[in-house]
Amino acid sequence: MKARAEALPTQEMLINMGPQHPSTHGVLRVILRTDGEVVVNARPDVGYLHRALEKIGERVTYAQYMPFTDRLDYLAAMNCNAAWAWTVEKLAGIEVPERAEYIRVIVSELNRIASHLIAFGSFTADMGAFTPFLYAIRERERINDLFEDICGNRLTYNYVRIGGVSADLPDRFLEKTKEFLDYFEPKVPEYNNLISYNKIFVHRLANVAAVTPEDAVGYGLTGPNLRGSGVPFDLRKNEPYSVYPEFDFDVCVGTGERGTLGDCFDRYMVRINEMKESVRIVRQAIEQIPEGPVMAKVPRMFKPPVGEVYFRAENPRGETGIYLISDGTVNPYRLKIRAPSFVTMGIFEKITKGLMIADVVAVIGSFDIILPEIDR
Amino acid sequence: MEPKEIFEKVTEKFGGKAVELQEEGFRPAFVVVSPESVREIALFLRDDPALKFDSLMCLSGVDYKDRFAVTYHLHSLSVGHQIGVKTYLPREAPSLPSVDMVWPAANFQEREAFDLYGIVFEGSWDLRRILLPEDWEGHPLRKDYKYPEFYNGIKV
Repeated sequence: MKARAEALPTQEMLINMGPQHPSTHGVLRVILRTDGEVVVNARPDVGYLHRALEKIGERVTYAQYMPFTDRLDYLAAMNCNAAWAWTVEKLAGIEVPERAEYIRVIVSELNRIASHLIAFGSFTADMGAFTPFLYAIRERERINDLFEDICGNRLTYNYVRIGGVSADLPDRFLEKTKEFLDYFEPKVPEYNNLISYNKIFVHRLANVAAVTPEDAVGYGLTGPNLRGSGVPFDLRKNEPYSVYPEFDFDVCVGTGERGTLGDCFDRYMVRINEMKESVRIVRQAIEQIPEGPVMAKVPRMFKPPVGEVYFRAENPRGETGIYLISDGTVNPYRLKIRAPSFVTMGIFEKITKGLMIADVVAVIGSFDIILPEIDR
Repeated sequence: MEPKEIFEKVTEKFGGKAVELQEEGFRPAFVVVSPESVREIALFLRDDPALKFDSLMCLSGVDYKDRFAVTYHLHSLSVGHQIGVKTYLPREAPSLPSVDMVWPAANFQEREAFDLYGIVFEGSWDLRRILLPEDWEGHPLRKDYKYPEFYNGIKV
């Protein structure tokens, strides 16, 4: 027996996973050093989609930059639009009409549901269950239809403006949204019955790549990834902006219900539960939305005062922070986007040590990264 | 804790290494420190029981034309306050100590600042280009960056 084991060569192998790989959710390259099926080291190599969005920001005006924010996190373009608008408004001290803020919150939360649906669908597809993906896409389609009513676009919306939104809600939009919510709410338990508590699925995720709360904070994880590690921190609650203080909702955290606290299953479950909370927020917003204008008076040659501001918003993938320096001209002087997925990739090498190759796919999916945002 | 109190606490401990407090027009306010003391001040900010800045939100390079700067936006989850730390660097051979041992989240963002500004973070565990190819010449976010005509013999 011993002699046979010695006869087998056991050298480490270097494998490129990506840049074109179905489970990396874009063009991510992971350089795997493996010992058989076990990962010795997995080093992420990003930058394949670098479009110099920060450099472009220094050459266009504040309003012209709005369509570029669509291309940051294209699955949550409304949230990125709104984050940019809130940053510039904080810098220039613009008062936004209340109706516009309510509209922003409604579209942001609908977009959060859509984004989490893609996260849920593609993650389960990565894990080998293709059916839930079709369920998720079916529901997301209705959200896309709603957004098409608002602004004509289905993916890159360019709907929010500095000082408000580009157009008021169309007729019957709120009723249609309500119909969608009534349709969607019972779907979440259906997903849980379909896949969440499926024994094989749970076995693939529980106890895999658990992130301790200390590591999660230290490595700068945010959003569902941070809350998956049991840290109850949500910018909508802890650092409220816009009209979020008006709404009653819970912060979902991981509990380690099927394994260790902060494992892949916890991160997955946080997203499932957050969809329900988003439904609650949208329902309240529809009840409370006031009448009135949707756009503040912003001069065409918009020149914010000299200053530096850092604003962060709770996007589906975590905290999107924008550090903006103005020198008093029409163009931003410096624009830094702190993309949540980019910072999240920092912990990747640490937690994938010693996992099986198949688990690396689970880790990528459970972090719900998106590449255009990493590479900018 | 208010920015003023944080600044006083840092000056009390480090004396002249904390240079000034930038408040007017800055949200959050910046404590400006000298570059060589960044790591010890970072450690103090993280470990002091009254400050506890356990989370590095954003690390960014800036080109102010006459000099560079590196900014750190810090947040404390347990106390709930924020502060910015800024340090100015000369344009010639900008370098400062890395803080990735203090906040591991710094590593990727330091690599980004190194890639796009050419700022060297000494003692970093892994300082390589991150967004651009490894054979790229120059640092594109510098204000005096000249767009290359060719890349590996291919016209861009």
